[in-house]
Amino acid sequence: MIRLAPPDPFNLYSGPITHWVILVVAMVAVIFVILTGAAYTVWFERIELGHMQRRPGPNRVGPWGLMQLAADGVKLVFKESFAPRDVDRILYVLAPAIMVLAAFLAWAVIPIGLSNGFTYWIANLNIGILLVFAVSSMNAYAILLGGWASNSKYSLLGGLRAAAQLISYEMALGLSLVPVFMIVGSLRLSDIANYTVHWGPYSGPLPLVILAPVSFVIYIIAAVAETNRTPFDLPEAEQELVGGYLTEYSGLKFVCFYLGEYVNMITVSALASLLFFAGWHPAFGPFAWVSFLVKVILFLFLYIWLRTTLPRLRYDQLMRLGWKVLLPLALANVVVTAVVLVAVQ
Amino acid sequence: MDEIERRKQRPRQNVLQDVGALAVGLKTTLGERFKPHVTVNYPEQKTPRAERYRGRHYLRRYDNGLERCIGCELCAAACPVGCILVIAAENTEEHRVSPGERYAKVYEINMLRCIFCGYCEEACPVQAIVLGPEYELADVSRERFVYTKDMLLEPNPDQQEPLFVGTDA
Repeated sequence: MIRLAPPDPFNLYSGPITHWVILVVAMVAVIFVILTGAAYTVWFERIELGHMQRRPGPNRVGPWGLMQLAADGVKLVFKESFAPRDVDRILYVLAPAIMVLAAFLAWAVIPIGLSNGFTYWIANLNIGILLVFAVSSMNAYAILLGGWASNSKYSLLGGLRAAAQLISYEMALGLSLVPVFMIVGSLRLSDIANYTVHWGPYSGPLPLVILAPVSFVIYIIAAVAETNRTPFDLPEAEQELVGGYLTEYSGLKFVCFYLGEYVNMITVSALASLLFFAGWHPAFGPFAWVSFLVKVILFLFLYIWLRTTLPRLRYDQLMRLGWKVLLPLALANVVVTAVVLVAVQ
Repeated sequence: MDEIERRKQRPRQNVLQDVGALAVGLKTTLGERFKPHVTVNYPEQKTPRAERYRGRHYLRRYDNGLERCIGCELCAAACPVGCILVIAAENTEEHRVSPGERYAKVYEINMLRCIFCGYCEEACPVQAIVLGPEYELADVSRERFVYTKDMLLEPNPDQQEPLFVGTDA
């Protein structure tokens, strides 16, 4: 819901009807914004990949190729929604639905500072970040079920890889953020983004990456693995597994998986900016959202940059990095942060 | 085996060296980001073609407007895929098409079969058939790929624009 700085002058939030009206409008708005954002993330990725490979990227449809995704979307929607003969019908349809649902559900708790003292959110849960983790783990179900239901060897292999990968990196991802919670003392995302310090002459919001740099590094690595992006894109590994769990999907169901992947990318980028880079601070008057948007775009660029630079990890390397490097590092990070916090107090 | 042995002998890299290698890779890709593109926007821009590029065929004329082709069918004989059809006819005093005894009454090339090897050009004793620089030959039906003599013959010298510019941008 949208909250104003002088809280609620017209009693809109507590009104029985206006409450729901505002809620629905906010939900529709966020879905629209995220859908558009995902489409332009794809465009941004293709342009940046193109430039880094010394070619222009999409530039045919609309100015600078900006309408490319509309054209692709129309093409995909009108494609035959083909399903192989022996698929498990229910799970085959359920998997892409879970993917999209989980991807959008995370945005229920992500706050966006629009301008000074004017913050957007749908639900300002006191366990916000836990909900994001819970929901983002559902991706594993989507990919695993999609791989299983397709009744194809490639899909099954992709799905199994995805399940193992997501479980391995979920641990490191969750643990990497524990120091942040300990420093801030809250799981509420808006509290973390608004974290302020009073250090001598400086008094104001502080990007938590300064206090928890190790957490940030682990988070970034685990988040890339969590969203199945290169160099951790083993579940779809097109050279070995055709398309992994995506192999038997086409048309709208393929769009759902594809969309889910890019929405997840935006979600983890938004989380990284909220958790480690003070979200919408510094807020330039009514342009706080610009500050947030720039950070999200920079993180998306980092993703694309990594994709164009790094080759895919081998499966044993992936597992070794997750369990033998990131997890112990995250645990040690929690312990060290706890000790330092106690010592400082 | 050599490669494996060499790898074993190489000193183990530590984490910092690995991160350094990562940074080098990221720096390389970001550097490429700001270099000029190596591709061209094809329909608007075209890459230069070689001067002797073998594209679409032309039947040439002499400067006085007479056709060079004498209907000898050597091109059809040389063609490895048999895509050329020549039916010759006799020149008469009233109806003179080429300076020789005969001329090509029908001259057809099936562009779908043609492999643009240029053997017809080599075989021709009077340099009547030549391969030009044009390569955008897409069309909408198979029938339209059979190029007839009207399509292949270059215009009369008085209404002619230079066909063989060699390279163009």
